[in-house]
Amino acid sequence: MKKSDLRAWLRSWDAGEFDFTAALSAGRSAPEAPAENKDHPWKLEPINRLEQGEIKSFRKIYPFFAVVLCCIMIGFLLLTVAKLPTYGSPDSPAHNEVMERYVEKGMEETGAVNVVAGVILDYRAFDTLGESHVLYTAATAVFILLLSLKGSGEPEQEKKIMQSDPLLKSTARIIVPLVIVYGIYVIFNGHLGPGGGFSGGAVIGGGLILYAIAFGFEPLDRFLNLKIYRMVVLCALCFYSFAKCYSFFCGANHLETIFSPGTPGMIFSAGLILPLNVAVGIVVACTMYGFYSIFQRGRI
Amino acid sequence: MLQTLWNSRVNCIAVILFAVGFATLLLHRNLFKKILGLNIMDTASCLLLTSMGYIEGRTAPIIVDGVTDVTRYGNPLPAGLVLTGIVVSVSVTAVMLALTVKLYERYHTLDLDEIYMIARQEAGKEAPQ
Repeated sequence: MKKSDLRAWLRSWDAGEFDFTAALSAGRSAPEAPAENKDHPWKLEPINRLEQGEIKSFRKIYPFFAVVLCCIMIGFLLLTVAKLPTYGSPDSPAHNEVMERYVEKGMEETGAVNVVAGVILDYRAFDTLGESHVLYTAATAVFILLLSLKGSGEPEQEKKIMQSDPLLKSTARIIVPLVIVYGIYVIFNGHLGPGGGFSGGAVIGGGLILYAIAFGFEPLDRFLNLKIYRMVVLCALCFYSFAKCYSFFCGANHLETIFSPGTPGMIFSAGLILPLNVAVGIVVACTMYGFYSIFQRGRI
Repeated sequence: MLQTLWNSRVNCIAVILFAVGFATLLLHRNLFKKILGLNIMDTASCLLLTSMGYIEGRTAPIIVDGVTDVTRYGNPLPAGLVLTGIVVSVSVTAVMLALTVKLYERYHTLDLDEIYMIARQEAGKEAPQ
């Protein structure tokens, strides 16, 4: 069969001749669906019979070997674990003078009550900047791969997917504001307790996704489209880079910075940690929502 | 030996979880399930790393009442490292899923063997022309 025939068949499949919901209700999962078109000339078969036999026998022994391999791996790793310092023992080599330094001087130097926040957003802030860039790069890669997927955009299909039931809507109406406020609390409390930009941003992103599931993308499109997404994320990352460059430059040259550690325990304290948490939170929230949007409908 | 393993059982669980993820990766031909397996492996390594920061009888590294005595708090460093790991894992998962969507668009199947066969069939059909 020719490649053009295959293409035509794929295109007809794309055009929606195949009903996903029927396949699902018939107890089949969607990805297997094309196999139902048995009468179609294009069938999946190996190059020759011999190869088919080979594949069959290979498939018979393969799971056995895979399980054996994994069991061997568990054995070796357990041997290694037995050699590791015991879980929870204070004399493990991981708890050395680095940790002592961070715990004893961390609050005094960074102003953050949460030592982890002090470490990741002050001592090792460039590490976290790299992390944010990893997230941004991943989002960019996903956009490159999927953005042109449904260029024309099928609003009819979009509407069909987005028909949600009243239960979800009324629940979302109550929960979404709480989720987003809680996310903001987690971000703003990052230097005072468990939390920070990444977790809070993920919570806000989850709230936005829930809203999009319940009410569709139209209300969110008003304030979060691709242009605004790019602008906000770029501003957040640039602010992070410049603020941290400034802080490191001043710190290395023993200059006075305008960001003081302040009183530890107050909400507006810990110098740059709070604004950096906010920047990271914005990046994470926008990226989470962007991932959902791009996978759901091919654009943001 | 068994006593040692029992004492550091969290690490053992992490190791077994890692192997379970690896088995998922090997046993399933569905690309999506392979990604799930990879995520299980990610979680296992995160668990192992975080467990390294725990010290018996000490609290989380959040300074309480201004007491900066090392013997009161756990190790803050593994938590910071795991944060990096989680973010990287999320990013990698997103890129993998995007690539899977692209593969599905192209071949209309998620089965790795079928994709391979179709690709080879197409290559074989194209070659003589």
